[in-house]
Amino acid sequence: MMFKKHLKSLLVLAFSLFVVLFSTSLIAQEKAADTNIEAKKEEEPTLKPSDLIMEHIMDNHEFHIAEINGQVIAIPLPVILYSQQKGVSVFMSSKFEHGKAIYNGYTLSEKGVIEAEDKSEQVFDFSLTRNVVQMILALALLVYLVIGAAKKYQNGGVKVAPTGFQNALEPIITFIRDEVGKSNLGHKYERYMPYLLTVFFFILINNIIGLIPGTANVTGNIAFTLVLAVISLLVILFSTNGHFWLHIFWPPGVPFLVKFILIPVELLGVFIKPAALMIRLFANMVAGHIVITCFILLIFIFGAMSNVAGWGFSPVSIAFTVFIYFIEILVAFIQAFIFTNLTAVFIGQAIEGAHDEAHH
Amino acid sequence: MELLQPGLGLLVWTLIAFGIVFFILKKYAWVPILTALKERETGIADAISSAEKVKLEMASLKNENEALMNQAREERGVMIKDAKVASDKMIAEAKDKARAEYDRIIAEAQQAIQQQKNAALIDVKNQVGALVIEVSEKILRRELANKSEQEAFIQQLAETVKLN
Repeated sequence: MMFKKHLKSLLVLAFSLFVVLFSTSLIAQEKAADTNIEAKKEEEPTLKPSDLIMEHIMDNHEFHIAEINGQVIAIPLPVILYSQQKGVSVFMSSKFEHGKAIYNGYTLSEKGVIEAEDKSEQVFDFSLTRNVVQMILALALLVYLVIGAAKKYQNGGVKVAPTGFQNALEPIITFIRDEVGKSNLGHKYERYMPYLLTVFFFILINNIIGLIPGTANVTGNIAFTLVLAVISLLVILFSTNGHFWLHIFWPPGVPFLVKFILIPVELLGVFIKPAALMIRLFANMVAGHIVITCFILLIFIFGAMSNVAGWGFSPVSIAFTVFIYFIEILVAFIQAFIFTNLTAVFIGQAIEGAHDEAHH
Repeated sequence: MELLQPGLGLLVWTLIAFGIVFFILKKYAWVPILTALKERETGIADAISSAEKVKLEMASLKNENEALMNQAREERGVMIKDAKVASDKMIAEAKDKARAEYDRIIAEAQQAIQQQKNAALIDVKNQVGALVIEVSEKILRRELANKSEQEAFIQQLAETVKLN
């Protein structure tokens, strides 16, 4: 209650401060606005929020930490390229000197894409980008933690109460098994449990690690979610039975002509379901990261207008960021669960069959 | 828009990473953990069902015990009753016997008394006889001296003599 009161008064203070400053400066500089902005451009490097946000969201060939007086501080990462003319080439991304240098006939574009100098040459980029490196580190952590917990079951025996990380892991595993596996897949759930658990923890660990400030946005990358969606599509397709395909190619209980409309719709549905999984996870994680970055950037946007506005707005911005951060922690779990649960639902639809025929 | 263009590198690495992680975790984590959890759950279920069974057994044992107790109680009642009957009988017998003995003793005592009495009477009669003889002797002696006096004396004597 006290905290709420304080927060409210702080918000009011910041907002009124901002309004007063902004309105006065607006009235004063209304006419000279255009010239003023241009003048500012020359004075200092302009703030481009969208570029900064994109830089945060997108993949990169280095771990960017900070830029002080034009000096970039970053951890270079290995670049692995393949082209038909030059074959495989491996080097550190620092060779590009942040896009200023050309190395081995390759350039680093402003958007972080590696291109060949000779535009006709096709380059395949298998670099260990920051997403790849972070994903591998996160997975190493996951494997370490989970196998550590798994060993306790073998060492301590089954009848011993769980300890340490085992306590955190076990309810999640039993939750996935009971609420996702058993409820969607029935008695066949055991076959799919390793896949479902792997998907859940794969997404979860990357979601959580991606929330640490400064880390890459792995799960909010379309390539990452695409791979997971394709895997789930393959699992669904390999689980299908005749009953499933019969429902697609000869939907029961509809008039003859409607069947011809339904068949392409149903067939598309097979691919749209995993595509929706892909887009859902991607969009959720990207949105969260964009919102957090936006709130932080608001400080600098206001700071660019006037120093006081920047300082005045910072508590509000931080408060909102903290709020969104808590939501993002929730979202990290929810999205991992939703991806896993929907995959299980789709597998359930694919394996549903003979025994359900009596109900139709 | 570059945000929606999947990067080839990340695509390939994610696929490889997922595959490796899947196989490692499946072999060394999920299968052992899931079997352990299942084992534990069945263990707990077994323990509960066996506890239930034991409880039922206990209840039946208790019932049995109670039945046995009741039976024992009944038997005890019967035994007590029997004992009472037997003791009553014994007491009655003893009383009868005692009474018979008492009667017998009394009869004997009476007989003895009768005998004593008879003996005493005989003795008295003998003494009376002796007295009579003595008195008669005295009278006879006095008769010789005085006739009237003799008669008075006899009168006197006769008054003194009392049979019992």
